[in-house]
Parts: sequence; structure tokens; C-alpha cells
Amino acid sequence: MTWPMNKIQNIHPLIRLEGLSKSFALPDGTRFDAVKNVSLQIREGEIVGLIGKSGAGKSTLLRLINLLERPDAGHVHLGEQELTRLGKTELRAARQGLGMIFQQFNLLQNASVFDNVAFPLKIHGRRSKAEIAARVHACLGIVGLSDKTHSYPAQLSGGQKQRVAIARALAPEPRVLLCDEPTSALDAETTRSVLDTLRDVNLRFGVTIVIVTHELSVVWRLCRQVAVIEDGRLAEQFAIDGSLSDGSALRRTALGRELARIAASPAEAQALERLEAAVA
Amino acid sequence: MISANITAILPELWTAIGQTALMLAIGLGAAVLVGGPLGVLLFLLSPGQSLANRPVFQVLNWLVNTVRSFPFIILLVALVPFTRSIAGTSIGPVAAAVPLSFAAIPYLARLVEQCLREVPRGVIEAAHAMGASELQIVRRVLITEARSGLVLALTVLAISFLSYSAVAGVVGGGGIGDLAIRYGYYRFQTDVMVLTVAILIVLVQGIQFTGNRIARRLDKR
Repeated sequence: MTWPMNKIQNIHPLIRLEGLSKSFALPDGTRFDAVKNVSLQIREGEIVGLIGKSGAGKSTLLRLINLLERPDAGHVHLGEQELTRLGKTELRAARQGLGMIFQQFNLLQNASVFDNVAFPLKIHGRRSKAEIAARVHACLGIVGLSDKTHSYPAQLSGGQKQRVAIARALAPEPRVLLCDEPTSALDAETTRSVLDTLRDVNLRFGVTIVIVTHELSVVWRLCRQVAVIEDGRLAEQFAIDGSLSDGSALRRTALGRELARIAASPAEAQALERLEAAVA
Repeated sequence: MISANITAILPELWTAIGQTALMLAIGLGAAVLVGGPLGVLLFLLSPGQSLANRPVFQVLNWLVNTVRSFPFIILLVALVPFTRSIAGTSIGPVAAAVPLSFAAIPYLARLVEQCLREVPRGVIEAAHAMGASELQIVRRVLITEARSGLVLALTVLAISFLSYSAVAGVVGGGGIGDLAIRYGYYRFQTDVMVLTVAILIVLVQGIQFTGNRIARRLDKR
């Protein structure tokens, strides 16, 4: 693995979203504006949480980053590249730099854990069998699943499946990991261990993480930056600095105030976590 | 013990079994080679999929439905000129395999399209997010994930076309069904009729049993 961890942070952001808009056609013929003119910059090595109510457009915004959704307007930059200008083939190559994990894991059910993790390596040729095997074993080691190499997804628990998905996303050595509600299908304890794995990946390899979630406990456990999405717009953006001062007075959105209050009070944070566990 | 009727047709029976096997092999082969890709195309072109293209999808969809609307015996006769130009004759198992293939292609295409719809959307999306091309998604995602359903689809097709091949006997296609009609039906040889039907029953059971076994072995879900 080649990611230096303590590299001097670039002055230029790694991900630059400029004026992104996206609307969808509804069955009744009208259009729904999911994302409205959002600009956002994410520096290398960050962990950014995109939070908001369901239907606020946070998932769509995340899917605009790797162009799973094409924006109606605006630009997406990853490092030096403008993704929105790339042709089909170039975009496929660029997507190796953008790993993604999902709420429903989205593993191949008829492929072994090994073959799932090897998938992104096999589709972008030029690696030998031995190189692929070495990389797959390294990635399964990172997520702590070396003993499950020959299992099939159906034989794994939810948390293990999500870890295989993380290993798969890491295999092509991406700079960014996009996470779409990665813990929403998991119980509280499994959630914690998956979040630990994500933090570990960020610290050890400097992978920038963008995570969409509606669980506030996920945000204060993992994220260092938060962007609150309301009604398709970026309502506010702030850092979670880990200090125990109550910054809620500074926040413009209800979600932001709630998050600041929780971050400032460990007792409340634990209570929230218990509550979210009970609901799940 | 064996009746005189049966002893008399025994040599012909072996030929007939070979002819049926030949018709099925050609028909199913054409279905897999042409109908399979056509089914994949139908799926990829359908609304909401990655190559979604309404006009092309609708044309293909209409074509598949239209060919499937023909009663097989009508198709058999209607295609005689076409069969003659391809097989050089309109009589015999190879000639009968032409309309069989013609009917089997859209049949399998439809079955394949339905199987692929069972593959979860998210898995296809994950492959796109990893930078897979359409062809890689077809081979490594759609076919891998739907493989046990595809084997069962082929099983259904094989059994349907075993009985279609019997109809081909009417126009001199040969095969087990032809034997049943010529001796069992036209000459009132009930024992021959019972024997041929029994052979067909054994074949159908065997095909279904094998198909189920392979499908179960391939299914890791």
C-alpha cells in the first residue's frame, strides 16, 4: 500500500463539487429537484458526513460524486480531473479512484468472498493473477476477514458482508470511499465495529471518506466534517472538533444544533446511541 | 413377451431417438447462441436499465411477441420456403430444426430477460460504480447472479421443444413423435403409442431432474 498518511494536506481540495443540480421525473409527469445548486469542497484525508432527513437529497448528492447520477448542471472534480468532462472509458478508469459501499452491501451472491474482492481488479486488466491474489488477501486482512476468503456472502453476517464490501471498495487503492448509509441495515454493535474499520482505513491509508447517514451517532463517532443537506441544498457545513464546548448556538439548522449538543455531552451521546439501537 | 408391433419398429425407434436428439440439439443451440444474447439485449434496453432505449426495445419486444404468437404448426408450414433455402430441403430432422430454432430463439430470449430482472439493481449499480463495462456486467454480474435461473429456463425450453419436435413429425421431420403418429395413431398400434409416450416421459423427467440438480449446485444465494 502506497498511501502516505501524514502527507501535507493539499491546499487544493481533493473533491470539488460546483453548482450541482439534479432533478428526477416523477410518475405524474412533474419533476422533483433532488439536488439544487450545491457546491462543496472536500480535502484529502477528511471524513465528511452528509446528513439530512430522508428525501433531502443527500444520497443523490453522494451518487453525483462518482456520476452514478449525471448532474443536470454543475461540475465534479476529483483531484486534477474533471469527472463531468470524461468520456465513458475514461470515467470507468477514474472510478477506480472512487470506492463505494452501500446500505444493502450489493455483493455478488454467487461469487466467493475472494471473487467479490477481486472483481474491481479483474475488470481493470493489467494485473497478474498473483498480484490480484496478493491484493485481495491484503484487503481482507485490513477488514479482519482473512479466514472467510472462500465463504459465500450468504454464509456471512450483515457486518461481515459490509466488511467484504469495504475490502472490495479498497482493492483498487482508491483515494475516496463513498458510503451510502453503510450501517443502516446493521445493529448497534456491528455498526460500531464497521465504523472502527472505516476510521482505521482513513487513518492508516489516508482514504478520504464521504458518508451519507441519517444516524447522528454515526456522525459524531466517525466524521470530522459535517454537511447538512436540507431540501436539496447545502444548509450548513461545520467541523466536529471533539472539544466539549457546546457549539449549538452557532448552528443554523436543527440537525446541526442537535449534533453540536450531542457532541458536547458524552452522556447524551450514549443515550442517543441506546435509543437508536432500540429503534433498530 | 415383446409384441410383434414393437419388434417391427425397434430399428426405426433408434433412428427416431437420434433424430429427436438432433432436432433438439440444433434448436437449443440456436436458442442459446441467438436467443440468449437477444434476451440480454432486451433486458439492457428495457426502461431503467443501463442501455435503456425505448424505440429499439419496443421493436425487439414486438418482434419477440409476434414470433411467439404463431402456433407452432403454422410457423412450420409458413417457413417452408425459408427452410428450403437454408437446409436445402423441407423434409427430415435438419429441416425441421429450422422452424424449431426460429420458435426457440424468442422463447429463450423472453425467459432470459425475465431471469435477469431477478438480479438486484444494487449489484449492477455497484459494478457500474467500480467502473465495469456493459460487457463485463453482462458476463460477470448478470450471468453469474442469474445462472441457476438461466439453467432452469433452458430446462423449460428443452422440455417444451421436445414436444414441439413431435409436431415436426407431421411434416416429415422424423423423431419419436413422428413414430407415435405414424404407427401409434394412424395404424392403431396402441402398444407403440404407449412405448413412445413412455420414452418421452422418461426423457422429460430426466431433463427436469438434471436441470434442477445443476441449478441447485450453481445457486450460492
